[in-house]
Amino acid sequence: MMASYQQKIRHTLDDPRLQSAIYAASGRLMDHRSHAVAPAALPDFQELRTQANLIKKHAIENLDYYLQQFESNLTSHGGRVIYARDGSEVVSFLVGLAQDKQARLVVKSKSMTTEEIELTDRLQHNQLETVETDLGEFIVQLAGERPYHIVAPALHKTRYDVAELFSQRLGVEREVVPEKQTKIARSVLRRKFLAADIGLTGANFLVADPGAVVLVENEGNIRLTTTAPRMHVAVAGIEKIIPRAQDLAVFLKLLGRSATGQPLSVYTSFLCGPRRPSEIDGPEEFYVVLLDNGRTKLLGDREKRQSLYCIRCGACLNHCPVYRKIGGHNYPWTYSGPIGAILTPQFQGVMQAPWLPFASSLCGACAEVCPVKIDIPKLLLELRSEVKKAEARERQGRLERLGFRLWAWVMRHPRIYEMLGLTAAAVLASQESNGCLRQPPAVLNRGPLRAWFSQRDLPALPERSFRQAWRTRARVTRD
Amino acid sequence: MAVAEVLERIGYTVDFPEAQTCCGQPAFNTGYREEARQVARHFLEVFRHADYVVVPSGSCASMITHHFADLFHKEPYWLEQTRRLEPRVWEFSRFLLEVARVEDVGARFPHLVTYHDSCHALRWLGIKQGPRRLLWKVRGLRLREMEPAEECCGFGGTFAVKFAELSGSIARTKLDTIRQTGAEVVVSVDSSCLLQIRGALSRAGVPIRTMHLAEVLAHR
Amino acid sequence: MPREYILHKTRTALGRSVGQPPAPPPPVRMRLAELDIEARIQLFLEQIEKLAGKTRLACLHAEACAYLETLLAGAPAVASNAPFLRHCGITRLPSVRTGFTDAAELRAACATAHFGITSADYALADTGTLVLLSSSQEARLISLLPPVHVAVAPREKILTGLDELLALLPQPAAQTSSMVLITGPSRTADIEQILVRGVHGPGEIHVVVV
Repeated sequence: MMASYQQKIRHTLDDPRLQSAIYAASGRLMDHRSHAVAPAALPDFQELRTQANLIKKHAIENLDYYLQQFESNLTSHGGRVIYARDGSEVVSFLVGLAQDKQARLVVKSKSMTTEEIELTDRLQHNQLETVETDLGEFIVQLAGERPYHIVAPALHKTRYDVAELFSQRLGVEREVVPEKQTKIARSVLRRKFLAADIGLTGANFLVADPGAVVLVENEGNIRLTTTAPRMHVAVAGIEKIIPRAQDLAVFLKLLGRSATGQPLSVYTSFLCGPRRPSEIDGPEEFYVVLLDNGRTKLLGDREKRQSLYCIRCGACLNHCPVYRKIGGHNYPWTYSGPIGAILTPQFQGVMQAPWLPFASSLCGACAEVCPVKIDIPKLLLELRSEVKKAEARERQGRLERLGFRLWAWVMRHPRIYEMLGLTAAAVLASQESNGCLRQPPAVLNRGPLRAWFSQRDLPALPERSFRQAWRTRARVTRD
Repeated sequence: MAVAEVLERIGYTVDFPEAQTCCGQPAFNTGYREEARQVARHFLEVFRHADYVVVPSGSCASMITHHFADLFHKEPYWLEQTRRLEPRVWEFSRFLLEVARVEDVGARFPHLVTYHDSCHALRWLGIKQGPRRLLWKVRGLRLREMEPAEECCGFGGTFAVKFAELSGSIARTKLDTIRQTGAEVVVSVDSSCLLQIRGALSRAGVPIRTMHLAEVLAHR
Repeated sequence: MPREYILHKTRTALGRSVGQPPAPPPPVRMRLAELDIEARIQLFLEQIEKLAGKTRLACLHAEACAYLETLLAGAPAVASNAPFLRHCGITRLPSVRTGFTDAAELRAACATAHFGITSADYALADTGTLVLLSSSQEARLISLLPPVHVAVAPREKILTGLDELLALLPQPAAQTSSMVLITGPSRTADIEQILVRGVHGPGEIHVVVV
């Protein structure tokens, strides 16, 4: 009886088109990144990573101070800061704002934080038309699906999927050329930009001094979202704080390169508030919503709070052998890949998806590429231990626990270990010419052995054990 | 056995304390820290008096040098034992290069070989060029790199059975990469990787052999 | 109250008390490369070309103007109020409209213009980046709505890179509500990872350095 998450994984593994799309897209992003961070291109890459880790550590460990500094600075430039404990408070604020200002249309740029609280759906529910403007998110919104990847939301869609989607949902003629599809989206969305009342974004960074929101993009939809409508609302997790504008010298160098291999994304917007009286255009009102939604809980764990350093570059996804096979939709929550595997259990509790921290070969590629040096494998190991403790409390997984207790006992008794080894060698002997077993003896064909053999052969143990060989050798040398 | 032969050939006296069993990694990786601790304490006891502990496995070596401290962070006595043992624990290839300071162990192995960077050795122990330098000195051996290099074989301990299909799929991708090199033999410093790769090669009916670095170096 | 709740939970989680000053932050880390002006200009133009932008190095203001005139070929254009554009004579070109101070009028003009012409407050040589600060002289939509963006910048504005910009301008908020770094034409690879230019922002950029 296969658990549902196993079935979903199998389903993805069995889809060759999807497999090749995920593999190719992540592979390309890996390549671009590696050229951009090579010593020839960025000689102080490793030093920048160390620095970024230190800055984030400092910001997180003094977060209350920086939140208040951010608030006071932004307010002095005419912006307003709103604190929200969870998604509902964000929704209430936006709905209230829309009512106050007779706003009906919201244009929105890509933001994982807003996905986390399902903001778009909840706003639509409250009769506030909310349009995703990032091309990938726009496609995914039309399809009614979740994004597939932090940087490439529509990774899993072909041009034919898009053609179908556009002709059905936008009422346009079927068009399969990506350049033309993009132009269609451009013109449909432009009308929305120019008619919208509220521009809703996330934030890549919140700068405490001088109180600014930094947003990074390639398409231009963020610039339009933050310029054309009369109100701009940025929703950001409290962990996005960095202390000074000059720290961007470190982070901006790392973000673009780690995400897509670009030294700088096409547009970097540094926004400090509503437009000034002398300025000609820009929003008249500027709001930043600081979201908790469980982050304060993560802060309490000294070891695991480094999960909050994440700058959402997606590099860990692209390098993960597991993500590259199963893609974003197999992860139970908003955040996928290695970062998702450590955030989800911390936000939702380990027993929501107890399998998630185990869905990793612990290869360490994620930690190697993380621009802020989050030690993801170490945190996965801690989370695994927490799952086992929780299972013990709930009296689950007793057989496995018993198995390991027995194993530990054997490992403390070398003679028994040796005896079992010899028995295993006899039972798992192979007749094949290459010394491998094709399947286990029928009576043993269950549990872990069955799982192993479903995918691979098993090299048989040598007839003579190492210890036997060693002893013989010692005798020979003596004699 | 190959490890012992090579070490003796370059002049070391090798002891195999029969009381040894395991470093505890399987339990640790599966989240059973208490059981891992029990096994780790046994390990520390067994090897307490060794001058050097040479480990023919990247993942075991990194368990000892990187994770024992995590296990014993609340037990000062065992933490101290760990600290004392840790500088004496050496993965096999690094022992040859950095302690024995030899690159040429007088080996001969005239075959086309490709080297698999085992993840733990690569990322936790910084082992990349070392084994390659040793292989370059093997008479008759031709080394061809995989492209892409540094991809995980998909073993991951209990991952291989808890997520068997996923692990198998990752292994099969690795097989494609190996085949493209045209090599006759795949070499690694980690037996777990070799187990996974060999099992996958066999299932796929591919006649490429797997060998531990020590076995190649033991060849004359 | 959410604010008090969040700040309180944060402090408690971190073991900090109300009003406790922060620990000393890591020192600011910036590398200021020393490239002379000629090297900077060369690098800047090279980087823009790599991003599929078109460049022109003009020795005289008049040359810049002539380039613009040929480029526009009479098509409707909106120019910002930057004095530099006036000095170059660009604002006097027939199809160029300028001098907007009203947001709605500006928006309407930009929505139908083929070209948006701006100056640049700064430029970053190592990434081929234009830096535009929103002000009475530079409106935001001009470099955003029309499908082609033309930037005419005086050579002295070209800096080596981001570090130098942040060293010069540690407090951008003192001057403007919006500072935008523009590095090449708008692009996406969201459909089958195929690169397409000109999604929401301009798909074509021209940079003239005088």
